[in-house]
Amino acid sequence: MSDNKAKVTDTNVNAESFDYSDTFQAKLKIFWKRLRKNKFAVLGLIVLTILYLSAAFAPLLTPYSMEGEAADILMTDRPPTYTSYTDLDWEGNDTVYPPNYFGRDELGRDVFARTLYAGRISLTVGFVSVGIYITIGTIWGAIAGYYGGWVDNMMMRIVDAIMAMPIMLLLITIMALFTPNIFNVMIVIGITGWTGIARYVRAEFLSLKKRDFTEAARCIGAKDSRIIFRHILPNAVAPIIVAATMGIAGSILTESTLSFLGLGVQPPTASWGNMLTNAQELSTMVSAPWKAFYPGMMIFITVLSFNFFGDGLRDALDPRLKQ
Amino acid sequence: MLKYTVRRLLEAIPLVFLVTIIAYLIINMAPGDPVNMFINPETSSPMDIEAIRQSLGLDKPLPIRYLIWLKGVLTGDLGKSFQHATPVTEMILERMPNTLVLAVSATILSFAVSIPAGIFSAIKRNTWVDYFFSTIAFIGISLPAFWFGLMLILLFSLKLQWLPSGDMRSNFDQFILADRLKHLILPSLVLGMGGMASQMRYMRSSMLEVIRQDYIRTARSKGLAENVVIFGHGLRNALLPIITLLGLIIPGLFSGAVITETIFSWPGMGRLGIEATFMRDYPVQMGVILMASVLVIFGSLLADIGYALADPRIKYN
Repeated sequence: MSDNKAKVTDTNVNAESFDYSDTFQAKLKIFWKRLRKNKFAVLGLIVLTILYLSAAFAPLLTPYSMEGEAADILMTDRPPTYTSYTDLDWEGNDTVYPPNYFGRDELGRDVFARTLYAGRISLTVGFVSVGIYITIGTIWGAIAGYYGGWVDNMMMRIVDAIMAMPIMLLLITIMALFTPNIFNVMIVIGITGWTGIARYVRAEFLSLKKRDFTEAARCIGAKDSRIIFRHILPNAVAPIIVAATMGIAGSILTESTLSFLGLGVQPPTASWGNMLTNAQELSTMVSAPWKAFYPGMMIFITVLSFNFFGDGLRDALDPRLKQ
Repeated sequence: MLKYTVRRLLEAIPLVFLVTIIAYLIINMAPGDPVNMFINPETSSPMDIEAIRQSLGLDKPLPIRYLIWLKGVLTGDLGKSFQHATPVTEMILERMPNTLVLAVSATILSFAVSIPAGIFSAIKRNTWVDYFFSTIAFIGISLPAFWFGLMLILLFSLKLQWLPSGDMRSNFDQFILADRLKHLILPSLVLGMGGMASQMRYMRSSMLEVIRQDYIRTARSKGLAENVVIFGHGLRNALLPIITLLGLIIPGLFSGAVITETIFSWPGMGRLGIEATFMRDYPVQMGVILMASVLVIFGSLLADIGYALADPRIKYN
């Protein structure tokens, strides 16, 4: 972080709080020391690392593919197996099949392989959509908070109006504007999710714009845009990062819900949400519950890890934010 | 107080207008033509299409259509469904009680868990009890509602066969309370789950704040038993923010109802909204969004006013 970052350290100054004169490296060290104290945050970070690596190296972890093969249709809804087994293939010959840890789905595809490949989609969606809404929300909140007055009033009323609508119906309605696919899902989550961040950033700006360093910047003739982005924004970064981490968790949940309803990522591309779409039929839930169980479990584990990590991040970045 | 109420009311009205404008724009921007839901555009004549469009009022430009709709709303008429030709008001009034029943029972269920848990974790803060409840809270916000619902159906309806998997009742002829309650358990659990975590945290911090107050220290230094201090002196004040909480949970309940009602085939407003969206039934979509937003806006307004009435320390101006 640059030198012009004026961190307020008047409350409980001790060896573990950031100091104005600290170098970036020193701050990173303190940050890491604090983060390590929160066991759940570390656990979340480890689980997330494993999830991302297994999504990235999916081909090394499973011999099966996401799309499956024609011969799979002979083996629909098979339960999980943990050892290799022999079965007839398309031509009627005995073939050895590698284990299907999560069973096979209604088209005979390996659920474990699909879960891994679906992870690529679901884990990416979170980052991109949060990237979009952090950008919109930060700029919106910064302008409203910095200029105040009628600009603020008007901008925040729009935020209030969007927040008063049932967000799920709004998402589904906007999704109907686009063809459902992964890119549009990310954009739609991005353009509907920014309101919370905007409120957050606005509140930060309202207090930061009255601080001495902002006055000082104005006195030496800095332009508004420079004051907003170079002087005030760096001081509001900690809550934005925390909100972003929690936001990734929320976006993954939203994507999976939309895909589950058939409005998100479209088959044959697998996402954790659309793998559950077929599981809605009660008959298949009884005969092949593994199809529904594992993808949902992955969503749950991922979202939980992001929330744990985000919580630890908040305490480590800025203890004042702790509720 | 009266001044505050009037000011909040005056702020709420333009907000509702803003909601309707945004919603109207988004809904009408959808590329699919609602007319295509009635006929095949490739085989029918342009004249037929034009006639249908005229009968639905879609031939007029967007701002005019909005104004006509708005005029209807102000006289209590939300228009007619494209699909069923029944008045939207009637459709919503038929579905609304079902959603309210679900929302109320979900709220009771989640309060029953979150309020004691929040108070308990505040009293025992930074002990294993506190960590246990906060972990439960994290699990609550991380569970995908649709998956949680499906897993509950799998376990309790299909495997154990204890509870029904969906719908509101087993028969349409008579009202059996036990049967209704049975149908209500799983959906309210799923709907209530979403808000539980934040309610728990809210209660925890509210209780913590109270415990730090001077009058609690006074009570302690008088030598009162800890239970008397906490439950006799502290709790009453810590419970005040529940009123605010009621206002805060309404938006979540509505969004949650959309998913919960879909999974449990609950004939409520959320499902009505989803069905209307898929069928491009504009008037029904607008009606549902309008009703939901009005409930959200006035719910939070009522909560704020109620809080001010209940707590004489709060002064609004």
